[in-house]
Amino acid sequence: MEYINSDTENSIGNILCCQCGVSIKPNPSNMCVGCVRTQVDITESIPKQGTLYFCSGCERYLQPPGEWVKCSLESRELLALCLRKMKGLTRVKLVDAGFVWTEPHSKRIKVKLTVHAEVFGGTMLEQVFIVEFTVNHQMCDDCHRTEAKDYWRAVVQLRQKAENKKTFYYLEQLILKYRAHDQTLGIKPIHEGLDFFYANISQARKFVDFLTTMLPCKYQQSKKLLSHDIHSNIHTYKFTFSVEIVPVSKDSVICLPKKLTQQLGGISPLCLVNRVTSAIHLIDPSSAQIAEVSSNVYWRDPFTSICNPKQLVEYVVMDIEPIKSSERLIFPGQGSVSQKHVLADVWLVRESDLGMTENTIHSRTHLGHILKPGDSALGYSLSDSNINDENFEKLDQDKVPDVILVKKHYGDKSARRRARLWKLKHLDLNEVDSQNNDYNDFLDDLEEDPTYRQNVNIFKDPKKTASGIPVDSNNVEDPSAPQITLEEMLDDLHIDDVDMAEADNAE
Amino acid sequence: MAIRVQFENNNEIGVFSKLTNAYCLVGIGGSENFYSVFEAEMNDVIPVVHCSLAGCRIVGRMCVGNKNGLLVPNSTTDTELQHLRNSLPDSVKVQRVEERLSALGNVITCNDYVALVHPDLDRETEEILADNLNVEVFRQTVASNVLVGSYCAFSNQGGLVHPHTSTQDMDELASLLQVPLVAGTINRGSEVIGAGMVVNDWSVFCGMDTTSTEISVIESIFKLNEAQPAAITTTMRASLIDSMA
Repeated sequence: MEYINSDTENSIGNILCCQCGVSIKPNPSNMCVGCVRTQVDITESIPKQGTLYFCSGCERYLQPPGEWVKCSLESRELLALCLRKMKGLTRVKLVDAGFVWTEPHSKRIKVKLTVHAEVFGGTMLEQVFIVEFTVNHQMCDDCHRTEAKDYWRAVVQLRQKAENKKTFYYLEQLILKYRAHDQTLGIKPIHEGLDFFYANISQARKFVDFLTTMLPCKYQQSKKLLSHDIHSNIHTYKFTFSVEIVPVSKDSVICLPKKLTQQLGGISPLCLVNRVTSAIHLIDPSSAQIAEVSSNVYWRDPFTSICNPKQLVEYVVMDIEPIKSSERLIFPGQGSVSQKHVLADVWLVRESDLGMTENTIHSRTHLGHILKPGDSALGYSLSDSNINDENFEKLDQDKVPDVILVKKHYGDKSARRRARLWKLKHLDLNEVDSQNNDYNDFLDDLEEDPTYRQNVNIFKDPKKTASGIPVDSNNVEDPSAPQITLEEMLDDLHIDDVDMAEADNAE
Repeated sequence: MAIRVQFENNNEIGVFSKLTNAYCLVGIGGSENFYSVFEAEMNDVIPVVHCSLAGCRIVGRMCVGNKNGLLVPNSTTDTELQHLRNSLPDSVKVQRVEERLSALGNVITCNDYVALVHPDLDRETEEILADNLNVEVFRQTVASNVLVGSYCAFSNQGGLVHPHTSTQDMDELASLLQVPLVAGTINRGSEVIGAGMVVNDWSVFCGMDTTSTEISVIESIFKLNEAQPAAITTTMRASLIDSMA
């Protein structure tokens, strides 16, 4: 006897749908799909309309409860945001979701969803439906605060209490090079410094950290209570960082306290500030000995400048005689001596007195490598200056040199300015006096000192380079004047379309 | 003509009533509505009897019967049995059976000639069934359901079975019962046919939820349509053609 296994699955006969009488395979509801659809709506629990909030200021969407997210139209992020907005999706199985195209300015976003759900204890039903979102405007907190002019939460007050502001120009270039001002809400020039505004304290602190690594400075932090809610323990503060940069800049003469001269390897008290980077670089013009004063050391024993570049006097070198290293005064515990500079005895005549006097002034200078008889150099006349400084008064006045030479003078400033083929960028400060003499002195310094310009982005000046280099170079009085090579310059970014360029050419 | 009826807002009328060609049993309800529907339809052709079995009003599930007899479970009280004997025609033999599966209406279904029973039914019950109701007994399932009484309903004209019944099963059942069968539903897609309707050779009662599609299936399979083709075109046709040829 054989058992015939019949395929019962296929042999189940059709029945009539109990609603419409269509012949169907029996299912748990014993209804055809169409009738089941008319009986039950699996999307009943899902609202077919919704609202999205959009901030037109920063073009972000509100993701409840309080987050604002940036997402473009028809993006994954926006779809996720829409789906999160829909209540009742947990009761069905979401199979597919996508956008239906709508006009961007219609303020409507349509999402097409495909869902599965089980009905009548076993029948799976698929349904496609569209949910329409209305995009409503709501200003986000950040934009609201910006609109209310109450947008900054932290301010960095950067100050330098000195006449010589070269450090500030240097700092501007550092900020530009390292893009430290990216998160700044605003920069405001104030007497003796700048204010930098930030939306939150962490950005401000980051900037303060940047300043402290780049320049010798100290800071103090304070906060002001704006409002508080004792129930939720929320306090709103405005934070202020008061940053003070050391009040000495390049080319100033300072007088060190006695204690500090000993610490710095027996350097002479009268020193020239060679450079200000993260530390103050001092050089003793009488011995070419160098020293670095870090921020910590400075603020322990602060000193101020006794001569500033405004007091510089032009001298003519009558004679110069380098001092051999064997003739130098060497003592135990002496700090390092600069190898870049050449110590020399120099005999000078004031440029204004040239030809009127035979008496030359003797001085020692560290500029023996660039000066030769007949050159003019800039220096401070200490004997003619009225110096009010505690440390200076303690010095033995006999040992104070009459003149301290600071740098070589390369002829007419305006000629050098015209010959300059490069330019620097500026922070947008609306500062009117950015082209004043101090600034030009700073540009001169950049040309003269390659190490000084290491941290500065120098850009080609298209107006100057277009007119041709050779013509200008003929006009320069002193061919030995230092120049910045083209290799060091960067091309500035220009975004011009062809029409614009043609228009320029036509002019 | 199939009639829609409800028992106290319940559509499972096969539970509360038992309809045969010789009598009709109706459970005792709160109101007389249910009873009066049967009374109006049967119209003195057959007796419509109010009764309870073992104190329950679910008479349709408790007993099984046809025009020849009625089997009631062992739990039926003497009073109830006496009342039934008094109310039913003398030709109907009323008999108590000792059966473990006491809901006889669920485990047995029959017309006047054939009965389908639960595969585990007692031998003795089977014999009593065959003797009293004058039926041929088959142990069968309907769409793999052992409760044959719940999942199918048939008269001497035709039968309605569970919607999942395969065509092979249906062929087999139809050949046993010698009536046409159809798979279908009652009460808007319900599969418990036996509970949803009661049927005899000329009338059908079904739950109030039953849709018109289901009614039309029922009417055609139980041959209740009033516009019947004349006998001359159906049953007599073959022999007439034979004789005239």
